[in-house]
Amino acid sequence: MFRRRGSRMLKIMASIFGRTNSPYKFIRSVTSLRCRCHRSLVYKQGYRTLACAERQAITAGIKVMAEGELPAVLILDIGGTHGVLEDLAALLKKHFQLITMKEFLANKEEMSKKIQSVFVFERRPTIDRELLESLPNLKVIGNSGVGVDHLDLKMISSFGVKVTNTPHAVADPTADIGMALMLASARRLVEGCQIAVSPDTKSFAVDWLGVEVSRATLGIIGMGSIGYKVAQRARAFNMRILYHNRNQRQKEEEEAVGAHYCAKMKDLLQQSDFVMLVVNLTPETHKLIGKKELELMKPTATLINISRGAVIDQDALVEALQNKVIRAAALDVTYPEPLPRDHPLLNLNNVIITPHIGTATVQAIRTMAEEAIANILAVLNGQPIPSEVFPK
Amino acid sequence: IGKKVQAIYLWWHKPVINKELLQSLPNLKVIANSGVGMDHLDLKLVASFGVKMANAPHAVSSSTADTGMALLLASARRLVEVHNISISPSMEKYCEVDILGVKVTGATLGIIGMGSIGYKIALRAKAFEMNILYHNRTRRKVQEEQAVGATYCKKIDSLLQQADFVMLVVSLTPQTHKLIGKRELELMKPTATLINISRGAVVDQEALLTALQTGVIRAAALDVTSPEPLPRDHPLLKLKNVIITPHLGIKTDKATYMITEEAVENILAALNGLPLPSEVLPS
Repeated sequence: MFRRRGSRMLKIMASIFGRTNSPYKFIRSVTSLRCRCHRSLVYKQGYRTLACAERQAITAGIKVMAEGELPAVLILDIGGTHGVLEDLAALLKKHFQLITMKEFLANKEEMSKKIQSVFVFERRPTIDRELLESLPNLKVIGNSGVGVDHLDLKMISSFGVKVTNTPHAVADPTADIGMALMLASARRLVEGCQIAVSPDTKSFAVDWLGVEVSRATLGIIGMGSIGYKVAQRARAFNMRILYHNRNQRQKEEEEAVGAHYCAKMKDLLQQSDFVMLVVNLTPETHKLIGKKELELMKPTATLINISRGAVIDQDALVEALQNKVIRAAALDVTYPEPLPRDHPLLNLNNVIITPHIGTATVQAIRTMAEEAIANILAVLNGQPIPSEVFPK
Repeated sequence: IGKKVQAIYLWWHKPVINKELLQSLPNLKVIANSGVGMDHLDLKLVASFGVKMANAPHAVSSSTADTGMALLLASARRLVEVHNISISPSMEKYCEVDILGVKVTGATLGIIGMGSIGYKIALRAKAFEMNILYHNRTRRKVQEEQAVGATYCKKIDSLLQQADFVMLVVSLTPQTHKLIGKRELELMKPTATLINISRGAVVDQEALLTALQTGVIRAAALDVTSPEPLPRDHPLLKLKNVIITPHLGIKTDKATYMITEEAVENILAALNGLPLPSEVLPS
C-alpha cells in the first residue's frame, strides 16, 4: 500500500516539475520535507488519505519556494555554447535564485555570501580552489551527469562542500547510446549514409557488407547499472554476453541477462566480437585499453567507448585501427573533447565519433536536472542525500 | 548452355527474370531468391512456365530486425548529424540544443507489419522498455503478444496517433503500395520518427518529403527508397532530418552466407522433387 501511495506522490512531485511518467526514487528525499499540516509528512507511517498526502507534498514543495528568499545556485550561463539550456534555467528558477558566473564576477562581494550551491552542467563551471575560496557559504556542488572525474573530490571535501551526481537519470540514455554505436558501427551505418547521398553514387554495391550483431559475442567491461542495462538490451539480440567487473554480480542477475563473468579481462578480449567500455574513469581504469589489450582482441572485433576518453590509450587505438589490428571503433568520448582538428582519429573511415551525447536527449537533460535539483535541495534542507559522491 | 540450366540463384534481384529468359531455359525448375522480398518477380509469369520459386525468409529476419533497430536508434540520437559535427574540419561551435535527440527507452514504437521480422523487432524493442503497438492484417496469438508486450491496433490510425516511432515492416503488395501517404503522416505526432525497412514504394515519397520539410513529423530513416539509389538531385538527400542507408537490410557476412545456404536447400529440394522449405506461390 505504501509503495502505491509513494508512487502516486512521486507522480505529483513529477507534475510539479512539469514531467509525466517516470519513477523518481531520488525525489523521495524531497517528499519528506516538513510541512504545515498538523500531521508530519513521514510517508512510512500510518494511513492517510491520498488527497492529504498529495496536498502535503505540494505544500512542502511550495514551502521551499515561499519561505523568504530562494537559495542561490551558481551556474555558468544560460544558453549559448556552454550554458544551461533555457528550459532548464526555467526549471532551476522554480527552486533557486539563479546567479550566472558573469553576474557573480561582476558583484563578488554581494553574491559570494549568497551562493549555497553550484549546478554543474556539461562539466562547467570549472570548480577550482579559487572559486571554492570565494564561496564561504557553499554547501553543495550538484553535478548533472554521473561522471565526476572533472571534479577534485578531495579538494572540494576539504572545504566541507558536498558533491552529488545523477546516476539514475543517465543510465537508460547511456545504455541506448552504447547500443546505437554498436549497431551503427557493425552495420557501417555512417559510411552507408555517405554512399547513399554521395553525388558519385550510381548504384549500391552488392558486396559491401557489415558484420552481424545478432548472436555475436558482446564483452562488457564495467557491469554497473549502465553496463547491466546494456546487457539487458543486447540479450534481446540473442547476443552472447561476457562481462568483466571488479566484482562478480549475483547469480540471478547474471542469469537474467545470460551474462558470463570473465575474471580475467584477457579472456573477454579474446572472445568478443564487440567490446564495450562502461567503467568510470579512476586511476585504475586510466588507459585500461592499450596496445596489449587491442592486440588481444579479434581482428574482426569492434571497440565501443561510452566511458571516458582516457580509459583508452588513444595513440595505441589509432595504430590498431590503421593497421587493422581491430576492425573498427565507435567513440562517444575522447580525450580531449573535442579532439584537435588534425587528429588522425577524425580521418579513419572505420571510426564513428559522437560528441559525448550519452545523455543528450530532450528528456534526459531534464531528468538529470531534476535529479540534481533534488540532491541540492536535500543537502540544503539537511535531508538524506540521494546520490552523494565521496572522495576515495 | 540454355538446356543445362535447371536453377537460377537470384542475387540482389539479378538476373532480371523476364519472358525471354524463361523461354530460353527449357529445363529451368526453380528460381531461388537471396532475400525475402519477391516484389521484383512476376510470380504468375514464372509459375506459368512451371518453374518453382523460393525465397529465404529465415536467414533475413534477424539481420533485418537489427537494421531496423540500428536506424531507429541512429535517428533518435541523431548519430549521423553529430558524427559529422565531431569530425568536421572547422571547429563549428554547436549548442547543446543542436545535438539533442529524443529518448528511445520508454518511448512508444508502432510496428506496421508483424511478420517474423516485425516480431523480432518487437523482441528487441521490449528490451528497451518500449511500449509496443502493432498493426497487421491478422492479429497474433495472445501468448505471442504477451511475450513482447505488444498491443494490437486494428486501425492503423490509432497506431499512428500514439507512436513516437513508426516502423514499416510489410512486404510490398498492391495493398501496401503507398500505405503511408499524406493522411497517415498527418496522423503521426510532430515529434515522431518514420523508419522504413520494407520497400520504398510503401511510402508516398513526395508526401514524405513535404512532411519532413514542414515539420509534420520529426524525422525519417529509410533503408529503402524508390528507386534505389535515388537520383542524385532528389530533395530527400539534402534534408538534415533524414537518414538514408543503401539497403543495408541483410548485408552482413553471416547473413549473406546463411541466405545462400537457404537458397541451396530450396534449389536441391526442387531438383530432387521434394517439397521446398520456403516456396513462394503467386497469390
